[in-house]
Amino acid sequence: MNIPENLKYTKDHEWVKVEGNIGTIGITDFAQGELGDIVYIDIAPDIAGITIGESFGTIEAVKTVSDMYAPVTGKVLELNTKLNDEPQLVNTDPYSSGWIIKVEIADLSQLDNLLNAAAYKAQLGQ
Amino acid sequence: MKKTKFYSIHEKLGAKIVDFAGYQMPVQYSSIIAEHKVVRTSVGVFDVSHMGEIFIRGDRALDFVQHITVNDAAVLTNGRVQYSAMCYPDGGIVDDLLVYRINEKEFMLVVNASNKNKDFAWMKENNQFGVDIIDESDDYSLLAVQGPNSKNVVEKICDKQLDLEYYYFFFAKVAGIDMIVSRTGYTGELGYELYFKGGEAEAIKVWNALFEAGKDFDIQPVGLGARDSLRLEMGFCLYGNDIDQTTNTLEAGLGWITKLKKAEFIAKDVLLKAKEDGLKRKLIPMVSGEKAFPRHGYDLSVDGKIVGHITSGTVSPILDRAIALGYVDSQYCKEGNKINFVIRGKEIPAVITKLPFVKN
Repeated sequence: MNIPENLKYTKDHEWVKVEGNIGTIGITDFAQGELGDIVYIDIAPDIAGITIGESFGTIEAVKTVSDMYAPVTGKVLELNTKLNDEPQLVNTDPYSSGWIIKVEIADLSQLDNLLNAAAYKAQLGQ
Repeated sequence: MKKTKFYSIHEKLGAKIVDFAGYQMPVQYSSIIAEHKVVRTSVGVFDVSHMGEIFIRGDRALDFVQHITVNDAAVLTNGRVQYSAMCYPDGGIVDDLLVYRINEKEFMLVVNASNKNKDFAWMKENNQFGVDIIDESDDYSLLAVQGPNSKNVVEKICDKQLDLEYYYFFFAKVAGIDMIVSRTGYTGELGYELYFKGGEAEAIKVWNALFEAGKDFDIQPVGLGARDSLRLEMGFCLYGNDIDQTTNTLEAGLGWITKLKKAEFIAKDVLLKAKEDGLKRKLIPMVSGEKAFPRHGYDLSVDGKIVGHITSGTVSPILDRAIALGYVDSQYCKEGNKINFVIRGKEIPAVITKLPFVKN
């Protein structure tokens, strides 16, 4: 199970990479493995912002559909449009080319409540 | 939870295991989409040993089968298979099944795993023919070898030439083990189903022989996930999704197996009347080019009005389009008509099409 040290995690299996006040968000390796083949990432194309703890879209996998929950509140800067044609990048490369959404983090103190790699790993019981 | 005799193999292959119909079954080994495609392009092997094998033996075996199933088993000769269904007196479906005629006095009925106990009880309850009804499910392993290269693989390790027509079977040795070799399957591809007895040693022997024989064809194990998407591309009904005790065979599009001219069978009068009265709803195929994933239970709408619901849906790995089966009020069922999948409150445009979704 790949759990990079430099990321922050939610209990719901999203990750955030923080660079200054920019947060890049995706789902974890564990999450993609549980979902299996991912066929669509469904986020409103005109989404302006996300709110901590709230669903900002859904992931459709062959066997199931799952909500994605915002790890932080922020203004949306970019969606990974590559996933429109290659949603399977979330399966094959969840922490890099399979990123999902990029936001400007409104309040950096929200990051304090996220899990570090060790805590996320502990939650998975690894 | 029961395990099939291939469980240790599934574990070794790293399959994702789920509880299904009382069994721990592999849902996928690598990827549902990859497994799906290998069956369409080459050959895959499914462990479907959870299915039920119920034997009917006795002088009046045919009479019993005729009474309890909707298709006409009298047309079967030895070595033939027939798709059929059992109905309750109100027309609701007990189960869909395969009827194997071994001889006039012996039939094998292959039923859904999740319905095995219910079916067995139903058969016993309706045995006024003095036949023996024996559930031999636990004795039998069942592998489905499916795909355009399936014949090339099975023939290599079978002691008979595989000249079986669709829905025929014979007794033969495969990998040196006695078995029923049946040209049937749930994928729409050329394929064989292998029924055989024995323990784990025999099961592993057959599995290994198939994979050795299939090496040149990139043979792969395939889980229940791809089994579902493969059958749906063909529009084959799945009990519990598309058919159940609340649906009858006619509205499910199974009129072709419902032989209303047969002298007698359970639910005949009710089904005759349903046909005369006209069907209120029908199970229809729909397709959409939108980015959408139709799923069991979602509503279907026309002009903002709910006109039915989805019973099975997926994104077809072959068409790369959303496909679904669903029951729709008869007045909205015309092929070519527009209909919407209602997905989380959003109406996704789709169109009524015809089966199969994927043509071979």
